[in-house]
Amino acid sequence: MESTALIYIYFFILAAFIGFELINKIPPTLHTPLMSGANAISGITLVGALLVLGQSNSQLGQYLGLAAVILATINVVGGFMVTDRMLQMFKDRKQDRN
Amino acid sequence: MLDINLESTIPFFYILSTIFFILGIKFLGSPKTARKGNLYAATAMFIAVTATLTNNGILSYQLIISGILVGTVLGSILAKTVKMTAMPQLVAAFNGFGGGASSFIAISEYLRIENATSGNIPIEISASIMLSTFIGMITFSGSLIAFGKLQEIIPSRSLRLPLQNLITSLIMISILIISIYLTGFEQSPNLYLILIGISLLLGILLVTPIGGADMPVVISLLNSYSGLAAAAAGFVIGNTILIVAGALVGAAGIILTQIMTKAMHRNIFNVIFGTFGANQSTKSSLPGTDAEERTVNEGEVEDIAMMLAYAKSIIFIPGYGLAVAQAQHQIREIADLLEERGVEIKYAIHPVAGRMPGHMNVLLAEADIPYTKLYDLDDINDSFPTTDVAVVIGANDVTNPAARDEPSSPIYGMPILDVDKARNVIVIKRSLSPGFAGIDNDLFYASNTTMLFGDAKAAASEIVTAIQEI
Repeated sequence: MESTALIYIYFFILAAFIGFELINKIPPTLHTPLMSGANAISGITLVGALLVLGQSNSQLGQYLGLAAVILATINVVGGFMVTDRMLQMFKDRKQDRN
Repeated sequence: MLDINLESTIPFFYILSTIFFILGIKFLGSPKTARKGNLYAATAMFIAVTATLTNNGILSYQLIISGILVGTVLGSILAKTVKMTAMPQLVAAFNGFGGGASSFIAISEYLRIENATSGNIPIEISASIMLSTFIGMITFSGSLIAFGKLQEIIPSRSLRLPLQNLITSLIMISILIISIYLTGFEQSPNLYLILIGISLLLGILLVTPIGGADMPVVISLLNSYSGLAAAAAGFVIGNTILIVAGALVGAAGIILTQIMTKAMHRNIFNVIFGTFGANQSTKSSLPGTDAEERTVNEGEVEDIAMMLAYAKSIIFIPGYGLAVAQAQHQIREIADLLEERGVEIKYAIHPVAGRMPGHMNVLLAEADIPYTKLYDLDDINDSFPTTDVAVVIGANDVTNPAARDEPSSPIYGMPILDVDKARNVIVIKRSLSPGFAGIDNDLFYASNTTMLFGDAKAAASEIVTAIQEI
């Protein structure tokens, strides 16, 4: 059990360092879309919400799970769509120019 | 059984999903590939969610499918209808939803495991439950307050209780003590309920004292928290994709927060505890209080239109005031008219212009201004001395020469746009009131500066008309 927890900590640390490196190099123009895109990625908690809802055996647990699924889905779907809306504008402007 | 085979493939799909998430964030970093990056990240999410649904432990799909449907409908409506100027509050709200979802997962698991183990929750599970509960709850309530402030449901200025810092610190300490107690000593559902309550309260108390202009820092920090909350939820249920993706986003939020605080010459501690500029707010400052006896050149719209029409090169410096007044379309109209007359137009974008880093770029893009004409601070500063007119619209502190020249100034060292070096400067602003740093701006009193007082949108429309009449 302890070794599993340690492996999770390894995952966490390695992923955090990858995140730092990737994000260091982003130009200011893209900070808002990045923030919005990163926010959509944080909706990964949807995966956890699905498992909790699917496996819950109490009434209260189901309510909590359902609320988590709805909130996380809004975060994921809304987040990716609105990021795409912003990035689409950048793309169009560039074509106008060239 | 086919089911068993499917479930055993979940880890491989999670690895595939991780690769797509990393590539997605990487591609989001360049304007050419950003859209592809977002698509990769969405694909990663789709892979992770679909693979998870093959888990054998899932008893019923009915609620899951209805939940996903409801969330998808609400999410896409929000994403399609939001105005670009309202992006910051939408991101704040989404943040809150993500944080809330993570803490609901933790609470639900707490109930289940507490029941199953009659209070003997393994220590590493219990620690992760406490972490994801309080980080998630702080993110949830803090984001909703940030949303309310940006939407102006709650006053956007700094609201501070007497002894606020003391109260906030006491709550933080209580959260830590209760979490440690629940993890290491004894399980108590009532105490856990108190933990939830004071975490919600802490989120509220952390965000209410923060003034409108500092909100970008808060949103960015909350963005990081929602990632950490997801990662903590991943520890609770032992799910690697939650841990990995949550950690990636947590790191993203921290880096963005650093970039912003650096550019604003703030530090995160000051933003939260308000040791500097806490009582100043961009809106409540009265005009003229700091202006002393110094004189200002106040210009007429017609003169300004003339100056612009006969210039060779112009740099626009859009700021927070432009974002608030939503004057980006009027600015583009001015730019179009001037470009027809052969004037060379550029836009200087300070890293923290707008309400979020990069927000100004989005607003200008929405108004059909090509992003190739937008220049970052480092790329434009050398151009000011050879520019005929610099037009500052609703920006203040980021143009204050004191940050460059006066070591005694509280904002000394903050990178600024060298607007004062242009041959002529036009400043469109509501009043002489100081910006959120609460200090006077010498630029407004310079001999080559002309002030035009008024709402950015109204003033810009008047200039459009005046140029058309030339």
